[in-house]
Amino acid sequence: MIFSMATLWVATSFTTRPSGGKLTIIFDHYVGDKVLQLDTVTYNNVLGQPFTVTKFKYYIGNVHLRKTNGTEVAFSDYYLIDEEEDQSKKINLVLPAGEYADIDFIIGVDSLHNCSGAQSGALDPVNAMFWTWNTGYIFLKLEGKSPASKSSGNVFEYHIGGYKQPANCIRHVSLTFAQPVSMENSGNRELHIKADAAEILKTPTAIDISVLSSVTDFHNATTIADNYMDMFSVLSVN
Amino acid sequence: MHKKTIVILALVSFTLLGFTGVNKYFIITSEDVALKIPKGFPKPHYKFKNNKPSPEIFVLGRKLFYDPILSKDSTISCASCHQRIAAFGHIDHALSHGINGLIGKRNVPALQNLIWKDAFMWDGGVNHLEVQPLSPITNPIEMNESIAHVIEKLKHNQLYAEEFSKAFGDTAITSERILKSLAQFTGLMISANSRYDKFMRGEDTFSIAEQNGLEIFREKCASCHEEPLFTDNSYRNNGLKPDSSLMDKGRSAITGDQFDEYKFLVPSLRNIEMTYPYMHDGRFRKLKNVIDHYASPQNFTPGAAKEMYEIGNLTEQDKKNLLAFLLTLTDKSFIYDRRFVDPFVQ
Repeated sequence: MIFSMATLWVATSFTTRPSGGKLTIIFDHYVGDKVLQLDTVTYNNVLGQPFTVTKFKYYIGNVHLRKTNGTEVAFSDYYLIDEEEDQSKKINLVLPAGEYADIDFIIGVDSLHNCSGAQSGALDPVNAMFWTWNTGYIFLKLEGKSPASKSSGNVFEYHIGGYKQPANCIRHVSLTFAQPVSMENSGNRELHIKADAAEILKTPTAIDISVLSSVTDFHNATTIADNYMDMFSVLSVN
Repeated sequence: MHKKTIVILALVSFTLLGFTGVNKYFIITSEDVALKIPKGFPKPHYKFKNNKPSPEIFVLGRKLFYDPILSKDSTISCASCHQRIAAFGHIDHALSHGINGLIGKRNVPALQNLIWKDAFMWDGGVNHLEVQPLSPITNPIEMNESIAHVIEKLKHNQLYAEEFSKAFGDTAITSERILKSLAQFTGLMISANSRYDKFMRGEDTFSIAEQNGLEIFREKCASCHEEPLFTDNSYRNNGLKPDSSLMDKGRSAITGDQFDEYKFLVPSLRNIEMTYPYMHDGRFRKLKNVIDHYASPQNFTPGAAKEMYEIGNLTEQDKKNLLAFLLTLTDKSFIYDRRFVDPFVQ
């Protein structure tokens, strides 16, 4: 463990200065193959239920990029990606030079940061992604409207969080690049990651909005978490 | 004439002295905020890491604790329910009262020795002292406010710009600063100077009834109400028949585990004389009712903790002695500690 930490430190502190570059990760929000538009566009889930999306935001953390030689570069920050805030959908990372094979991150907030008291930045409770009565961050919010919903106003809301078993909703994502991404000579590169909100309602469990229009605590939370686990894919590297 | 002048002078100087006295009374020094772990207490759970106590931060936390600005309609402060004279419980209220006359579903817990707790609320839903205030602030039947709006309101209050600046070096008002200052104020509420504590330190003696009561307590109660904090911070079902209108299943609402149904956090018994009524739903008005319940195994609901059955029946004399002992847990020096007095009355 100490050895790998040391390797990481060496990787970040020595190799960044001579060459390396900036990687901008851009999260592009979709519903299936359509670009997500809040409020105005109606989509259909796999059960044929029409819906609009009014809110889509989630936490990303523990970002790791792995080189083809196996070394890893780790970033400790948390990012709150929010469809309503364009700037939030871009993450800037400074990477040491090298050939990168894949990127790993978690959807959610790890146990330590759920138990650390008052925090700032992305983890500031002012962001309304925090449960006050059962402490913990809400990892993902998907809200919208559907005529299928039996809730008042035909709304649906999926607020998913929970860092403890048996309702642990932290999910690991690992995306391999089609070809290694080369970072060198202070270059800027852009990585577009697709986040497909339709996946949240799709696999492995198709969500029937008429039956389940609200998830706001541990009930059914892991079902949705298992669905959002595979909502990310690499769109392009420029 | 001469006599009149003397009287006026005397009055003026008396008034001046009086004011000086009041000011001194409210001044908080670094000695006042130094963390002193009472003898015999374990290591605290909250260690003020990244939140080193300072007089200015403590004073800010105290002001926020007593300021109704934290509630949506600025009518309710933390101190509305956590009243100093009731050892920071709510005197004579069975259930908490929120804004617009709303009634909550649980009894306001007394505050003391919070840095030894690893979880808060009757169901243990809150995992850290610093985030605890967010629960009553946002609860629709308590303060019904958002932390974002609290920050807005504080930003429009010139007084707070100065207080935040004194405490943190600049005027930025953030949730982190609000919560950390409240944690300093509430975290330093340490009660360890009751007659029980003095008895344990050899500074006081117990009557025969109190001594007998302590022995009964250690035999029958201390497995859950563990000394010196008088709680083991566990969750237990104490055999009370659930209130059909409240439908409160306690701990299981947090864990989702049916084995946690009707379990509630074992409360500390410190200052219990002041914190009536009793139990999570405030159903018992007197300590005697509480003792009677614990000594009536025939009345326990199924699911009561096994420790409950180890109490068995108590004689009337046992009950009187136990009560006499429980009254030794009152810590007057804590309740009258000038550091915790409402700063808005100065």
